[in-house]
Amino acid sequence: MKYVDEFRDGELAGNISANIAREADPKRDYRLMEFCGGHTHAISRYGIADLLPGNVRMIHGPGCPVCVLPIGRVDQAIRLAREQGVILCTYADTVRVPASDNLSLMRAKAGGADVRMIYSTQDALKVARDNPGREVVFLAIGFETTTPPTAVAVRQAAAEGLKNFSILCDHVLTPAAMHAILAVEGGVSLDGFVGPAHVSTVIGSKPYEPFADDYGKPVVIAGFEPLDVMQAILMLVRQVNDGRAEVENEFTRAVTREGNLKAQELVAEVFELRDMFEWRGLGSVPNSALKLRPRYAAFDAELKFRVGYVEVPDNKACECAAILRGQKRPQECKIFGTVCTPENPVGSCMVSSEGACAAHYSYGRFRETV
Amino acid sequence: MCLAIPARIEELTTPGNAIVNLGGVRKEISLALVDDAGVGDYVIVHVGYALQKLDQEEAERTLEMFAEMGQLDELREEMTGGAA
Ligand code: SF4
Repeated sequence: MKYVDEFRDGELAGNISANIAREADPKRDYRLMEFCGGHTHAISRYGIADLLPGNVRMIHGPGCPVCVLPIGRVDQAIRLAREQGVILCTYADTVRVPASDNLSLMRAKAGGADVRMIYSTQDALKVARDNPGREVVFLAIGFETTTPPTAVAVRQAAAEGLKNFSILCDHVLTPAAMHAILAVEGGVSLDGFVGPAHVSTVIGSKPYEPFADDYGKPVVIAGFEPLDVMQAILMLVRQVNDGRAEVENEFTRAVTREGNLKAQELVAEVFELRDMFEWRGLGSVPNSALKLRPRYAAFDAELKFRVGYVEVPDNKACECAAILRGQKRPQECKIFGTVCTPENPVGSCMVSSEGACAAHYSYGRFRETV
Repeated sequence: MCLAIPARIEELTTPGNAIVNLGGVRKEISLALVDDAGVGDYVIVHVGYALQKLDQEEAERTLEMFAEMGQLDELREEMTGGAA
């Protein structure tokens, strides 16, 4: 496949790997966080950790949208579907996230709730058009990549006068989460970030500049293919060696400094900052999520229905919170791979293929390195 | 959920929509978030929307960068006396 296969070439991977091995200083450690779940997946799937010297360590970040969704948010959607009889639409990964009372959206569906998995926000609008007598709620989750499609749908619903459509807005912001990671008390020490691919196509490389300028952390934005990630690691190693902290862009084929302005304008028209949002693992983070602007209040399920947010603690055995902060690795969870598996996830990190636990379970579990 | 690959626009359908080829699978997506994407362009597709056009020249440049200053190349050069 064009623009895919070339970026997975084994010989070139060997080349980049040799460069990293040659340039990484054996006298020091390189602790690099890949923020995005897509990168976590690529690193596990292509065994990138095996191509790195032992002193270059990848730490998984919180950039997996279903992983960071706290239980209380899933509970809200389940309550809407079960108690208020709405048709609840959401992306496929979300339905398996464990919630309170041993439920998930999938189990609620098995129990009779009308939960529908959709591929695109256009599908959710279609469900609303096809069911004029029912309320349709879209559980809108994700980082800056899924937010513009939600904005398009809300604007379209307003233009069409679709009165039975609303959203439960759980859209979150990448730079805010990166700030939170660096602010965690006793948090991980990091030498740099591999910046997200698709998020950056939308927001551009500019929002990362404070991490380089103010925190002194190098950031290299990388595409999703294995060679992209490896090249970004090499670029980070070089920055660390040179004592530089800059924002560099490896994914120039899709990311500019300004990003996708059209998408940004749409988002700004439809959404505004939430004062406070609770993340799994990071706790309550100010200005880290979005809500609908007052002019679109008619499409806000939190205003339309009575579904207040109730904070719920994670399962006691689950280490997702520490994993999302970069402080623990999946294999350090006592129930990893035994009680908690992708078929029967106990925590959110085991749900999506981008989650650190699921990625490690699928690809890395037989490799146990130290 | 964030996993996605570049797809080639094969045909423009209703205004603002297009059929793309995603590794052999034809799928209709929305072009609401990108300006002037046309047939033959590659776009990054995510949850049914094109997020950004792919710059084909930059893609070539990145591929060249992967091969740059490679230790393997240097080794090869040493072994062949620079004739490679
Ligand atoms: S293995 Fe399961 S329970 Fe343990 S941290 Fe991962 S998701 Fe949570």
